[in-house]
Amino acid sequence: MTWFKRDDNEIQPNDDHEVKTEGLWVKCPGCRKTIWKADIDANLQVCPNCGHHFKFSARERIENLLEPGFELVDLDLVSTDPLEFTDLKPYKSRLAQTQKKTGLNDAIINAVGRMGDLDVILSVMEYGFIGGSMGAVVGETITRAADRALESRRPLIVVSASGGARMQEGIASLMQLAKVSSVLAKLDDAKIPYISLITDPTYGGVTASFAMLGDLNIAEPGALIGFAGPRVIEQTIRQKLPEGFQRSEFLLEHGFLDAIVERKDLKSYLAQSLKWMTEKA
Amino acid sequence: MAENTAPKSAPSVAPPVPEAWVKTELARHPQRPYPMDYIEALFTDFSEIHGDRQFGDDPAMAAGMARFHGQPVAVIGNLKGRSLKERVARKFGSPDPEGYRKALRVMKFAEKYGHPIFTFIDLAGANPGLGAEERGQGEAIARNLLEMSRLRVPTIATVTGEGGSGGALALAVADRVLMLENTIYSVISPEGCASIMWKDASKKQQAAAALRYTATDVKRLGCVDDVIDEPQGGTHNDPALAFEMVNKKLTQHLAALQSQSIEDLLAARYAKFRNIAQFYTVAGVAASA
Ligand SMILES: [Zn+2]
Repeated sequence: MTWFKRDDNEIQPNDDHEVKTEGLWVKCPGCRKTIWKADIDANLQVCPNCGHHFKFSARERIENLLEPGFELVDLDLVSTDPLEFTDLKPYKSRLAQTQKKTGLNDAIINAVGRMGDLDVILSVMEYGFIGGSMGAVVGETITRAADRALESRRPLIVVSASGGARMQEGIASLMQLAKVSSVLAKLDDAKIPYISLITDPTYGGVTASFAMLGDLNIAEPGALIGFAGPRVIEQTIRQKLPEGFQRSEFLLEHGFLDAIVERKDLKSYLAQSLKWMTEKA
Repeated sequence: MAENTAPKSAPSVAPPVPEAWVKTELARHPQRPYPMDYIEALFTDFSEIHGDRQFGDDPAMAAGMARFHGQPVAVIGNLKGRSLKERVARKFGSPDPEGYRKALRVMKFAEKYGHPIFTFIDLAGANPGLGAEERGQGEAIARNLLEMSRLRVPTIATVTGEGGSGGALALAVADRVLMLENTIYSVISPEGCASIMWKDASKKQQAAAALRYTATDVKRLGCVDDVIDEPQGGTHNDPALAFEMVNKKLTQHLAALQSQSIEDLLAARYAKFRNIAQFYTVAGVAASA
């Protein structure tokens, strides 16, 4: 069994999802129209014509959800490459290359700040860093965000975007699922709100742990969310998958999402929900 | 002597089969005892509990009430099947969401009456399928991870063959996680890893070695608590002896767990998973807002 995993240099099964940039114009995979890129930039990376949600980077997400003056924290952890893993090239050089490209040490950013008038802890995955895969650093960083929430009794929001566990860290990456799920049990016992915002795409061990463990599990429209990847499933069952398979709307219909929220409404949705959870009777 | 007659051209000697691949084949040996064989050999009065009370009864997962040396316990194990017909019916041992939900239901049942829980694991992974996705495979596994971390009874998980990724972990967030000597515990199958990372499924032996998923390696990485010796050549060579070796270890570990208060047990379980696989260093901050 393989978990869904996309790497930088892998061919994307859904070219549907690629942003085709030709200079200042972008062809929208939602409406197939050519859109002025500045119009998308000015609209939270959402197509002004059809509402297609393009990928949002971790930094864009934090700026969008938190008031100015937030603080980025827990950014100094770096993988030690526990398996000394080498496939076609060493994992160490893959890491170094991605660190240089993204300016991040790994596929996650923690932030503390205010959302409206609420203090919150935010942990956001960066899909642009080795497909947002979760190794020891991502697992520890999310756990530290949960620790901060526990200590300060502030709500936790985790934004997922991930191909799943990071294969190059083997069993160590699998153990991160257990680690993060254990600390989320603590949050649950302490009645500290936890909201999981699932974004495009989220697969494998991330879906099979914290992404599905929120008091509320919500997603943006059209996001691909699943456990096994569509190619793996097609190879196993030897049949075509239905239209819209593993999209947010599919999960909502099957009862695994509490709500689908458009990007422009996310901040007010989150703030309102957290108020509902924390307001004393 | 023949040693001196090597040809001058480059020798076409096949690379040695990595130890990890030898172990993989032993872990997958068709004659190897499966979870239900351990349940039948080590426990008495097994009474199966069917179904998740939500959707169905997964033929790839067994759970029930039993006794271990006279003591009431819950036992859970996935089912693989021996004949081809049975293997197909049991989806080659890969559970669906309802299998994980059945397992959790029986764990909560045992917790209610204060009985220890034993799980036995030999599966390549959770079942990838249309129905599995429709019924929330990810949610089912995630729920088990969270709930197992706070079960208020002693829990012991044993990997008896393949420990395949999240589908195995969903039965293994336990006070003691044990692996038999010739078993593997991995985030991905060697075949899957080879086809993704090498873009070539035939590189499975290299992938097996690179993943460091043998019992020895996983123990060295601190991701399991104990490794159980096997009879010479593997458990299939002498199942009766294998059962006795596992029995001895389970008895020891259960006694150790039951000598602790439940609060100490929960604190130790939490500390173990909170501090597991901390393979990072603190470096400079690369990020800029
Ligand atoms: Zn559009």
